[in-house]
Amino acid sequence: MLTFITQHIEMFYLIILMIFVGIELIGHVPSVLHTPLMSGANAIHGVVIIGSIIVMGQAEHIASLILGFLAVVLGTLNVVGGFVVTDRMLEMFKKKK
Amino acid sequence: MENQILQIIYLIASVTFIAGLKFLGNPATARKGNLMAAFGMVIAIFGTIFLYTTETGAHLHNLGFIFAALAVGTIVGWIVAKKVQMTAMPEMVSLFNGMGGACAMLISVIEFKHLSEADLSLVEPAHLLIIVLGLIIGSVSFAGSIIAWGKLSGNVKDKSLGMQQVINIGLLLVILVLTGVMIFGNGAYTAELFYAVFALSLLYGILFVLPIGGADMPVVISLLNSFTGVAAACGGFLYDNKVMLVGGILVGSAGTLLTIVMCKAMNRSLLNVLIGNFGGNANAEGGAPSNFEGSIKEVTASDAAILMKYAKKVIIVPGYGLAVAQAQHIVHDLELLLEAEGIDVKYAIHPVAGRMPGHMNVLLAESNVSYDKLIEMEEVNPEFATTDVVLVVGANDVVNPAAKTDPTSPIYGMPILDVENAVNVIVNKRSMKAGYAGIENELFYKPKTSMLFGDAKKALTQLVSEIKALG
Repeated sequence: MLTFITQHIEMFYLIILMIFVGIELIGHVPSVLHTPLMSGANAIHGVVIIGSIIVMGQAEHIASLILGFLAVVLGTLNVVGGFVVTDRMLEMFKKKK
Repeated sequence: MENQILQIIYLIASVTFIAGLKFLGNPATARKGNLMAAFGMVIAIFGTIFLYTTETGAHLHNLGFIFAALAVGTIVGWIVAKKVQMTAMPEMVSLFNGMGGACAMLISVIEFKHLSEADLSLVEPAHLLIIVLGLIIGSVSFAGSIIAWGKLSGNVKDKSLGMQQVINIGLLLVILVLTGVMIFGNGAYTAELFYAVFALSLLYGILFVLPIGGADMPVVISLLNSFTGVAAACGGFLYDNKVMLVGGILVGSAGTLLTIVMCKAMNRSLLNVLIGNFGGNANAEGGAPSNFEGSIKEVTASDAAILMKYAKKVIIVPGYGLAVAQAQHIVHDLELLLEAEGIDVKYAIHPVAGRMPGHMNVLLAESNVSYDKLIEMEEVNPEFATTDVVLVVGANDVVNPAAKTDPTSPIYGMPILDVENAVNVIVNKRSMKAGYAGIENELFYKPKTSMLFGDAKKALTQLVSEIKALG
């Protein structure tokens, strides 16, 4: 376990820092923006698609290929749907007379 | 070389995520922030496809399939996201969140299959732990989001098995123990344990969300959102991929804080939301046996029109009923009409009006209501005392005085809009049914309150034509 942590120490630093960055970013946001913000954050965690692409690109067997295909489709849905929905919400904020 | 370029791309993408999220927190820059993060995502995806190399230096293959999957996801995601009604936004976010969770879950399953084809006993425990964590969190997020989506769209009803909390905690313990045995045990039955944990995590996701009342769904969605972020970060750890780690943890942490902020807006703790069964068991479907003094006074559209036309100041309180009836345009017409008469018109926005914080703002902005007419609760509350007419459109719990006066009420302590301070209160509702929290509203029985029954869109249309008829 210890060797694992020291081997990946950079990643642990990154995790700690990102936790604080995340908290700082959301700290003082007006409640009107909570929904778009949640939706935008929802799109950003679609970054999980990178993992599914890596898995899919190395898949050898038909089962892995099918599951990988499904994973990439789902990840894309998360990314595309997330960003488009957020944009639609925000578009409405802008439309003023 | 290629790998170095990819690392740079990942770095840029990480920066766009952080800056994008920052920009999303300000109304003026929010849209730019979203596009920025989307740009980062696109370069990260294409960078991975073309530049990613394995330890042996091999490129990714199956590119045809990858592009096919991307195309399917993009087309479907785009169409669904473009077509969905503004009122259905919350459940849409939940659905997309579930897709991300499912993606993380599948990655873990494939990765495990891959490892078990070699020799599982050679796998480092920590490596296996991350795979299993991604599996558990991803599955819970997926199953939970689907249930949340079902609840918001009305396909899944609130249900409690009784002893629900005991069952849930027990289930969680079983999952953790099985995981511990799988990772630190002697290596027997690893595959069986893995799939057992998989199945139980899905079950846990369902049971975790099922008893939580619909009014609390936004909080749950926000929480599941941060879960998916953590699941994505597990993937980042697995592949030593920094952009996944940054994006995942960022959402995990920001999402958790957002969840807490939302809870605060309702003056409830997260724990309370998760085990409180708020509105879950209450009699949300039943009629309204009156426990209050006084009686309901109904008002016709023409009387309401007279009341409003001769007012000096009108405040409109929108709620979910407005969203359901798609009455955001007609309410704007009403506003313009009254303003043409020289009446001061404002909207009072409760932080949790609708099914999500900001839901009403989004909806009213759609019908061109000017941003500065939407007044937040703290600011608008002192104004009710000088208001002639308050028009409550499809809101209920956010104007329920029980939150202040009745310590036994489930919403006791939640800040509300003090509409009862106004001279007249007109409440538009479809019927006397209780609100989402399933509790009675004393406001409707007060002498200064009159009820304008009917679908919000129809009732307001009638109101507008009556005001016009008055000339």
